[in-house]
Amino acid sequence: MKSLKLIVGGVIAATAALSTVAMAGDTVDSIKKKGYVQCGVNTALTGFSAPTSEGKWEGLDVELCQAIAAAILGDKTKTKYTPLTAAQRFTALQSKEVDVLTRNTTWTLSRDTKVGLNFVGVNFYDGQGFMVAKESGIDSAEGLDGATVCIEPGTTTELNLADYFRSKGMSFEPVVIESATEAVQTFFSGRCDVYTTDASGLASYRQTASNPDDFVVLPDIISKEPLGPAVRHGDEQFADIVRWTHIAMLEAEEKGITSANVDAVRKDSKDPSIQRMLGTTEGMGEALGLSEDWAYNIIKQVGNYGESYDRNVKAKLGLERGLNALWTNGGLMYPAPIR
Amino acid sequence: MSDPSNNRNRLSGLIYSEKVRGMVAQILVTGGIVFLAWYLISNTFENLDNQGIATGYSFLSLESSFGISEHLISFSPSDSYGRALMVGLLNTVKVSLLGIIFATIIGFFIGISRMSKNWILSRIAAIYINLFRNIPVLLQLIFWYAVINNGLPNPKRALEVLPDVFFSNRGVLFPVPADHPAYFWMGAAFVAGILGAWLLRRWALNRQDRTGQLFPYVRSGLALVLGLVVITYFVCGAPTELDTPVLKGFNFKGGAKLSPEFLSLLIGLSLYTSTYIADIVRSGLQSVAKGQQEASTDLGLKPSQTLMHVVLPQASRVMIPPLTSQYLNLTKNSSLAVAVGYPDLVSLSNTTMNQTGQAIEAISIFMAVYLGLSLTISLFMNWYNKKMALVER
Repeated sequence: MKSLKLIVGGVIAATAALSTVAMAGDTVDSIKKKGYVQCGVNTALTGFSAPTSEGKWEGLDVELCQAIAAAILGDKTKTKYTPLTAAQRFTALQSKEVDVLTRNTTWTLSRDTKVGLNFVGVNFYDGQGFMVAKESGIDSAEGLDGATVCIEPGTTTELNLADYFRSKGMSFEPVVIESATEAVQTFFSGRCDVYTTDASGLASYRQTASNPDDFVVLPDIISKEPLGPAVRHGDEQFADIVRWTHIAMLEAEEKGITSANVDAVRKDSKDPSIQRMLGTTEGMGEALGLSEDWAYNIIKQVGNYGESYDRNVKAKLGLERGLNALWTNGGLMYPAPIR
Repeated sequence: MSDPSNNRNRLSGLIYSEKVRGMVAQILVTGGIVFLAWYLISNTFENLDNQGIATGYSFLSLESSFGISEHLISFSPSDSYGRALMVGLLNTVKVSLLGIIFATIIGFFIGISRMSKNWILSRIAAIYINLFRNIPVLLQLIFWYAVINNGLPNPKRALEVLPDVFFSNRGVLFPVPADHPAYFWMGAAFVAGILGAWLLRRWALNRQDRTGQLFPYVRSGLALVLGLVVITYFVCGAPTELDTPVLKGFNFKGGAKLSPEFLSLLIGLSLYTSTYIADIVRSGLQSVAKGQQEASTDLGLKPSQTLMHVVLPQASRVMIPPLTSQYLNLTKNSSLAVAVGYPDLVSLSNTTMNQTGQAIEAISIFMAVYLGLSLTISLFMNWYNKKMALVER
């Protein structure tokens, strides 16, 4: 009889526990309650999200995560990172293991609908390229017929690759390895003729070769890869916060506000749009459900988009702004007005 | 009859009855489990619906649009997710089946060596067992994969071990007979030969029971199978054309291929599982009383006959149940394929799950498949166990 009581008690307790999980409130409340933002990041992609030798995370995507923490909690250090492989990332977001994916993820229709994600912007415009060994003598993707290709599963890369070879009437043999690091090492060992991923990723992984000069990135770009942060369906407030965090970083660059001069600008600027953004004129923070100095915190603690890009992508990978320049400089980055 | 105390007695009798109590307890527990399952399932669907995530199995008929390197049935990116999962299932079955066969052969050999009176042989077997059993199988897979990828040359410098057999980091390539109708008929002759040999064995055993006369059914059965196949080969025109691998551009074209992914998985699983099988074989052989062996020698049986007809049949009764669980382990361990890029069921389910976002459905499919595979192996081994069991007269 005692064991029966235990079982019944257990069932009731378990049910109660599960109901609280199911009814847990929206993302912003839970972030404020636990005191940090949990971001899904890449396992190791220099320039975007990679741990340093001291175990600190660095990169463009990592700084976007820090900016979200600065906007919501007023402190960019209140972040935690979950490194995710391409195949794990959506399940991790769906199951609330992470609050937001800041993990170079391509915005596509099926992910935005059926997979249950909401893409809230593009923080890096990329395209898929190929890397081959220099001694192969290949200089164009057209010469890849019959090649063995190393890829990560569950990526748009995998699909674009099949599409590209199909449309060119060429054949290929995929070698699909879940961990990106393993896949790249397998390519370096000579198992594959080609490694393919986003061009920024190729630049990043090429540096991990024992001799980067043995490998070349082909000039062909075979796809559009708008990479951006994604949140779960059904939480509009949090989606808005992530979207406008990214826009605030762009807007700051456009207005020439940096982490160094933001204090002076806030004190002196007579530009009404800057006053609205930095909270001198109230209303924007309230609209997002945040404090009025949300954008000030982002710029002061993390910096504007240009600062973040130069510090990470340009300094570490040597990639110029290109498509990722502001629209005023011939790029695609065009912040919507903060008003 | 209308005495109230009598009624109360009946009621309290009900409460204190062990049978009633037992029944109530069982109903409560079963009800609790059913409720919990219902709750979890309905909650999951509600949450998926709230997040706008697609549910159901209709994705299986959509175009997969990804490539798969190894397939036993034809596959192209324009085929459906369902077919991709089928390819994965067949790849899992292929590597598990071959793994079970190799692990068993190596395991028997090592197990018998371990009991050998030759000190060196027995030591080597012991070292082998301790080495491969005590390193996690995942590490072994990655080790073999790295050995093949880094240890073998690239296709242009492939090692030609035998004429037209190439070893390179693209795998092992070897010639196979070019397509010809003769091979179909040879296959048919092989099946007919097996059937004939089985009938022959039945007849021979029957006759032995009746008359005590021995008939060499093993040798004559083998001759029957081989003879039929060879005769068919010559009747169909004895084709000699081979499909040989030739280096064209990046890779070898033609011939048959064992990929590095498949080889490293097969080697890793076979070696790891063989250590357990070796110990099972040893314990099985040791379980047969020494007197049995001595008695059969005294009866004039040859050592091979002693092993085949006296020791092994008795040892196998001890060996079959643990062997079954090792076969199940090997099959389930084959899901580690994802680490070395072999496109097994789990690897392809992961990809499908990621492209469609339907994790629960994809996982439910591969869970059901592994359950089915394991139950099939168990059923077969139980049948075999029953067949081998001691028949008491």
